[in-house]
Amino acid sequence: MSLFRALFRSKTPSATVAKDRLQLLIARERSGGAPSDWLPRLQQDLLEVIGRYVPVTPGAVKVEMERGENLDVLEINIVLPEQARKAG
Amino acid sequence: MSNTRIIVVTSGKGGVGKTTTSASFASGLALRGHKTAVVDFDVGLRNLDLIMGCERRVVYDFVNVINNEATLNQALIKDKHSEHLFVLPASQTRDKDALKEEGVERVLNELRDMGFQYVVCDSPAGIEHGAVMALTFADEAIIVTNPEVSSVRDSDRILGILQAKSRRAKEGREPVKEHLLLTRYSPKRVEEGEMLSHEDVRELLRIPLLGVIPESEAVLHASNQGQPAIHMEGQPVAEAYKDVVMRFLGEEVPLRFIAAEKRGLLQRLFGGK
Repeated sequence: MSLFRALFRSKTPSATVAKDRLQLLIARERSGGAPSDWLPRLQQDLLEVIGRYVPVTPGAVKVEMERGENLDVLEINIVLPEQARKAG
Repeated sequence: MSNTRIIVVTSGKGGVGKTTTSASFASGLALRGHKTAVVDFDVGLRNLDLIMGCERRVVYDFVNVINNEATLNQALIKDKHSEHLFVLPASQTRDKDALKEEGVERVLNELRDMGFQYVVCDSPAGIEHGAVMALTFADEAIIVTNPEVSSVRDSDRILGILQAKSRRAKEGREPVKEHLLLTRYSPKRVEEGEMLSHEDVRELLRIPLLGVIPESEAVLHASNQGQPAIHMEGQPVAEAYKDVVMRFLGEEVPLRFIAAEKRGLLQRLFGGK
């Protein structure tokens, strides 16, 4: 390594960064399918189950997922129609 | 007759050295006296013929044999270096769906009946039909990986596909034997912390290491001339491929070409090659 690069090198070697990133990614990809595969199915299942108790329109269940560095957030929003609220 | 071993050379990612490896590995098996066939599964983008230096002798191809338009004997091309090695080229003009599963199985069984000891299947990149066909009938798999994030990730993906879609997996037989082959390895960059080491990649993918092929300018010279890299006498890349073949055949061979060359003080201070 040249003197220049030895002096100005960042603290963590990039290979170490690569290994850490791959460790997380591979663990995530090995554990079950991608959310893009199962999120639509989850949405459909929720709609079906809720529909057994209250009349809901197909757009009533909203499923959203946000992925952060250390935390995944799954947000489920169910909008009940006016009539269902009155009846319940 | 049933002693034939089918080996897929695969990676998911393109450009990591599948064809280079298929050509050299098959040549190495033949150099050791084993009757070997190397089959190009990259229908539409055949290149194994160029790397093997037999492109001018291609008349019939894999798809012709599958469609019964030619016999296997007519399509197999005898290698110019070894009497034990034969090349089955891919079709250049059809699309990848031309590889019907029953057809592929029939051709592989015919190779078995002809007494081939090893059949090396050179997989196309990607995870689509051609790549799946190349690994479906495999007994062993060589996962060609570069020490680089996208290649490692894709190798992990292809391992998942191997464990789900191979015949061995589907029929609940003994799983496909997996081997990791690291290519384009630069010991110097590993020592400087710029490249994943072979230990890192082995730990990430959790499969046994078959060998490490150093990054080498000789590979381009070899492909320019239509010579598998294993024939580049005296070159580290040729020696490394010979070691890989020996290890595959069960011999204990220590890893070589994994340490950077020592450099003088001036070189270290001012950099450069």
